[in-house]
Amino acid sequence: MNQSFARTFGMRTILVLVFAFLYIPIAVLVALSFNQGGLPTVWSGFSLKWYASLAGNAAILSAALNTLIVALVSTAIATLLGTLLAIGVEMRRQYGRGLEALIFAPMIIPDIVLAIALLSFFSLLDFTLGLHTIILAHVVFNLAFVCSVVRARLKSFDWSIVEASADLGASALTTFRRVTLPVILPAVVAGALLAFTLSVDEFIIAFFTAGAGRASTTLPMQIYSMIRFGITPEINALATIVMAVSITALTLSQRLNRGVIGQ
Amino acid sequence: MAPALAWLTALMVVPCALVLALAFFRRGIYGGIEYTFTLENFGLVFDPLYAGIFLNSARIAGTATLIAVVIGYGAAYAIAAAPRRWQPVFLFFAVLPFWSNYLIRTYAWIVLLNREGLITQLLRWFGYTGEPPSMLYTEGAVIAGLVYNYLPFVVLACYAPLSRLNPELAEASRDLGASAMTTFRRVILPLTVPGIAAGAVFVFVLSIGNFVTPALLGGGRFQMIGNLVYDQFLTANDWPFGAALAMALIAIMLLVLTAQSLAADRAAGRIAEAKGAADG
Repeated sequence: MNQSFARTFGMRTILVLVFAFLYIPIAVLVALSFNQGGLPTVWSGFSLKWYASLAGNAAILSAALNTLIVALVSTAIATLLGTLLAIGVEMRRQYGRGLEALIFAPMIIPDIVLAIALLSFFSLLDFTLGLHTIILAHVVFNLAFVCSVVRARLKSFDWSIVEASADLGASALTTFRRVTLPVILPAVVAGALLAFTLSVDEFIIAFFTAGAGRASTTLPMQIYSMIRFGITPEINALATIVMAVSITALTLSQRLNRGVIGQ
Repeated sequence: MAPALAWLTALMVVPCALVLALAFFRRGIYGGIEYTFTLENFGLVFDPLYAGIFLNSARIAGTATLIAVVIGYGAAYAIAAAPRRWQPVFLFFAVLPFWSNYLIRTYAWIVLLNREGLITQLLRWFGYTGEPPSMLYTEGAVIAGLVYNYLPFVVLACYAPLSRLNPELAEASRDLGASAMTTFRRVILPLTVPGIAAGAVFVFVLSIGNFVTPALLGGGRFQMIGNLVYDQFLTANDWPFGAALAMALIAIMLLVLTAQSLAADRAAGRIAEAKGAADG
């Protein structure tokens, strides 16, 4: 009795400490974004003025727009390609080692390596760098993540219903639209939300493939240069908004696809 | 299937092959690339100056990995011991920060650790009046940032085998007279090695190639391999050497992954053996 009490107490203490470690830094950041004073770390009253000043910051707004463009376009392409890839791999059930490595690689390869590889590649081909090159780059890792989420869903898929649909005279497209897609749709949407978040947050690869100039600065690049310059309450406000967006998208993704991301 | 594979080939395999090729060329006088074959770049990787940065990176990444594994395993153990219906909730909240922006999570530590940050304020509140301690731009800050950023993955990786653990195994061990410590060391720990290995590899690989954390929390004073690669490409303009460094990074990564798969195989073998003994 006593021992099990001590055990429960110990376990609870560990949980409290770990969650404090994980959430205090974020909580401090968010709290200070509502701070009235200009001193970034000393509390002096509630205010929304830093959010208002964000709305008037042209550099941040244009960076946010760029990020949105990159994330939406790369997510759309990656969702399409990643889903088709997942279906192709799972339908054939041939898990060649080379193929597995190719799909797994974008998720594990260090960002900095992929970043310099793409920079070398684009400059060798004399590509003009810009938002389009960031999109090309983001699709690489996004499609791998979409593919892995959709594949997890397809593991329990009964392929005989696809055959049945074909036997009953449905075309491949109709079968996909009426049979396969409805089953995997939650996973496809979950994968898309994951890809969107990854793209919104991605910094290093965008930094290397964006080229010079404001026209292709994304939000993480903007945040990075602001952080290098020093702590300001404005960054806290911006950070709070960005975190809220990614956490909302990921929570939605998780709900749609219970268990898949958590595995 | 084909378009996706074509995309990955054109924009990942070919560029990476290009970097590999680049590593065997010479740097031109004006920073361009001279297309003559050389092994100099790889020789330079082993130059004491750069080898030192590799060792330093490995030490920092190794320390971060060790701390993350200890904390993460403890957290996963506590979650797996919680009531069943709470486990998914705890797990979700343990992983949630991992999905927010990496730069922002790192920046949060600048806010905490800077000279007028929360920790200094807390010390003052407790009556400390001396100089604010300098915690930012230290190796400790870099390690804290890495642990903070990658801890959720360790929790996730260790929780999987812990939650599948049959509680009867631990009970049997206790009934046979083993102490709680022995039961943990001889029964629970070996069965959860694959999870620990997966989590450790993840933290180590992402830490050793990290660029953002040393740049922001180390204030540029603690160069790691990632920063070195960055410099070769964007400031020193020595792409061939940068390429050789990147390849060395990939080599380390492959080495660590191989070690992990060996550890996982051995653990699987042990588990099968234990099952066989139990059934026989």
